[in-house]
Amino acid sequence: MARAVTQQRKIINTTLAWGVGLLIFFPILWTILTSFKTEAQAIADPPIFLGFDWTLENYAAVMERSNYSRFLWNSIIIAGGSTLLGILIAVPAAWSMAFVPSKRTKDILLWMLSTKMLPAVGVLYPIYLICIQFGILDSKIALVIILMLINLPIIVWMLYTYFKEIPGEILEAARMDGASLKEEVLYVLTPMAIPGIASTVLLNVILAWNEAFWTLNLTAAKAAPLTAFIASYSSPEGLFYAKLSAASTMAIAPILILGWFSQKQLVSGLTFGAVK
Amino acid sequence: MATHHSRSAARLMMAPAVVLLLGWMLVPLTMTLYFSFKKYLPLRGGDLGWVGFDNYVRFVSSSAFWPSVLTTLTLVGGVLLITVVLGVVLAILLNQPMWGQGMVRILVIAPFFVMPTVSALVWKNMFMDPNYGLLAHLWEFFGAQPVEWLSQASLPSIVMIVSWQWLPFATLILLTAIQSLDSEQLEAAEMDGAPAHKRFAFITLPHLGRAITVVILIQTIFLLSIFAEIFVTTGGAFGTKTLTYLIFQRVLESQNVGLGSAGGVYAIILANIIAIFLMRIVGKNLAK
Amino acid sequence: MSIKTKLFAATALSLVSASALTAETITIATVNNGDMIRMQGYTDNFTAKTGHTVEWVTLEENVLRQRVTTDISTKGGTFDIMTIGMYETPIWGANGWLVGLDDLSADYDAADILPAMAGGLSHDGTLYAAPFYGESSMIMYRADLMDAAGMEMPAAPTWDFIRSAAAAMTDRDNDINGICLRGKAGWGEGGAFITAMSNSFGARWFDMDWNAQFDTDAWANTLNFYKGMMDESGPAGYATNGFNENLSLFQQGKCGMWIDATVAASFVTNPNDSTVADKVGFALAPDTGLGKRSNWLWAWALAIPAGTQKEAAAKEFIEWATSKDYIELVAANEGWANVPPGARTSLYENPEYQKVPFAQMTLDSILSADPQNSTVEPSPYVGVQFAAIPEFAGIATEVSQEFSAAYAGQQTVAEALAKAQAITNEAMEAAGYR
Repeated sequence: MARAVTQQRKIINTTLAWGVGLLIFFPILWTILTSFKTEAQAIADPPIFLGFDWTLENYAAVMERSNYSRFLWNSIIIAGGSTLLGILIAVPAAWSMAFVPSKRTKDILLWMLSTKMLPAVGVLYPIYLICIQFGILDSKIALVIILMLINLPIIVWMLYTYFKEIPGEILEAARMDGASLKEEVLYVLTPMAIPGIASTVLLNVILAWNEAFWTLNLTAAKAAPLTAFIASYSSPEGLFYAKLSAASTMAIAPILILGWFSQKQLVSGLTFGAVK
Repeated sequence: MATHHSRSAARLMMAPAVVLLLGWMLVPLTMTLYFSFKKYLPLRGGDLGWVGFDNYVRFVSSSAFWPSVLTTLTLVGGVLLITVVLGVVLAILLNQPMWGQGMVRILVIAPFFVMPTVSALVWKNMFMDPNYGLLAHLWEFFGAQPVEWLSQASLPSIVMIVSWQWLPFATLILLTAIQSLDSEQLEAAEMDGAPAHKRFAFITLPHLGRAITVVILIQTIFLLSIFAEIFVTTGGAFGTKTLTYLIFQRVLESQNVGLGSAGGVYAIILANIIAIFLMRIVGKNLAK
Repeated sequence: MSIKTKLFAATALSLVSASALTAETITIATVNNGDMIRMQGYTDNFTAKTGHTVEWVTLEENVLRQRVTTDISTKGGTFDIMTIGMYETPIWGANGWLVGLDDLSADYDAADILPAMAGGLSHDGTLYAAPFYGESSMIMYRADLMDAAGMEMPAAPTWDFIRSAAAAMTDRDNDINGICLRGKAGWGEGGAFITAMSNSFGARWFDMDWNAQFDTDAWANTLNFYKGMMDESGPAGYATNGFNENLSLFQQGKCGMWIDATVAASFVTNPNDSTVADKVGFALAPDTGLGKRSNWLWAWALAIPAGTQKEAAAKEFIEWATSKDYIELVAANEGWANVPPGARTSLYENPEYQKVPFAQMTLDSILSADPQNSTVEPSPYVGVQFAAIPEFAGIATEVSQEFSAAYAGQQTVAEALAKAQAITNEAMEAAGYR
């Protein structure tokens, strides 16, 4: 009897959860489906869900018009590079905040987060002028540095919350055994922190991948990532839903697939270690 | 001795991050401040001299200023409300026993990976378009007049788009928090005959307090600088001009860098007011 | 294919001397309109002729504009060629930001550029950008629906006729709107349309002392007429419709009339994209009998930012892309209806092109727009659907946002005009005009 009730509840839960899940996912699904339609079918009234003539012509058109692989490569370098650089700078900082906290640690952390609230457009001209000065306009290095700086507060904060979870006694023990600071970090701390670092990396790759203000305004042909690729499809003349969908699918697919495969790490990353 | 050693080492390790962020904050901030006291018009030859507080006065006295502050607060508040409430509901739902929980989680998490530009374009063209959009077809199917989303319900539409993007984030954090809730405590309460809404109000919700704070803090940081969603959908028309967007208009559309910089300074002040307010709450909650 | 090769060989010969110079890679910023995307497709032809390669930066119009403006005003030097319009060119030229194009080769035949276009792309008699295509605006209408309504479109109709024709053609049950017009905010979108329309109602942006004129009856009449007509016969959500939205509607047979850019004529008559390709007629943009019509004048043109290291190669590209040969190249491959229109006199003298149904009306429309003298009462500015001053884009975008809010019913026309007046005077004061 009790078993039947739970079984029934499970069916209701499953139905409800799948319904909501599909509803939330639907805009993405619809975009992917539309990318395989002809332009005329894309705006058909009533809309066609699956019963259309599947075609790859939109992908072919997009590939012919834009050098997709270059945009993709730039996205990978910029997102990956800025995350890597950010991690290198943030790990020592987060380590010292977590294990050698001072009175001001919390203030410094909060201050770091508050730097994220500056409106980017207000400093477009200053930053643009600086980039000209250093000759790094339309270069991946400029974006790697800027996106690293934008996301650094989040990286530091996430790592800090992870490192705080690591029991201090282990470090004490290592110190007793005569481990140097370097050894302590390399052999004791790092292995324990790997899962936290992995989540941090993932979240930051996503944030950097999707950043659309600096990546659009500081690039031209050489360093333009996928955000710029999309900007060339956003409102062409005539019918464009299917081609826009194809371009959109191509822009989000890599990160979507990465995200899904590393879902477990990401979930723990998204929690900022704050909800254990 | 060891403590002293590690303390100075710690400072040294923290130095790069602090120095870099200080630079990242101070250099543009100084330049923004500098420009904000200048008449700086790139299309009229650039720097045209000092003008004192003119830009500051002009920016605030513009008829667009206060509405833009209100729009910013409405947008941030609206998205926070929707994502937190729906996030709690979804988290509770996803925590129930079911088949294919992993797959559902994948579906729910997906919008978080979509570029803001792409999601704005997709919503605007394929869902909210009054002639071809799916929502228009849906309305027509039920015999209703299609809604002209982006003109007649512009701000709610943008709140909806942004909420769709951030709901996965809220849901996942809250889900993790719920999973760590001691189920024995809930069962005991159920045994004692506490009704579901009381169990939720007195056990689940307090347990989620910290997670909700994290959601609010992180999302506010990102929501204050929302730009692409407005640029793509309404271009700031129909009462969707946030403070960030107003500054964009002053700097890039009107090409008045001085005026825009003064706006930037106001935006920083607003962000800091909100930040202090948030930090108070968060600081308390996180200290637990 | 063989025509293409022949053409190619002929022009290659004439350019042999040019290709002897070092091969460069030039970076070109352009807008994602159909003609420019077609041009990208022919880049190989340019490379084969000159040895230079091209990096394209193709962006949506609004993004492009902010991108190139930032770059040129900070002397960023990111681009060797920028695609800009009739609004930017004289302003940037006056600032000394563009390379003058008066020394293009004799083969290029600069004198062949339509005088209206050359005039709008010059400052102090120097050409600063070469028109890739030019446009005015005109009426495109469904001849079949016009017949069904028992009306006949005059060659040069009035606004009153248009309004009654729109009402007669409207058939809400069959999803047919009598008229589709731009209402979208943005100075180049709805702002351009309403400004051009206001000219025919006797309105102007500024009086001779740069005072905003939105408190005049002429503006009130313009907006009330527009909103009244669109509420009667326009499509749902017209306050957010721009060029693209209306194009889709017209191609899908949902509009009786559409007054917009002349370049759209080739899209609505292209049977691959348009369901109404064989039913479209053309007429001059309407007037109210005050002496000015409501058509605008615009060109998308290629300009070289001053200070680029690759000026010679950039000039070669401009000569290639805006040449008669390029037009023939496109005509040979995709037909005469698809060539970039509105830039060269010789195109309209070509008997092949004269067979294209919208050719003559396009030329007549272009010729009837006069940027130097666009308003009924005298005005201090140059430009038909804009005023060629640096502040205009910013002001007009905000003003058109107020107008769009009025179209959507969020405020009255009177409120929108009052706000427009305040916004404009405020900005003109900030810029030091008043």
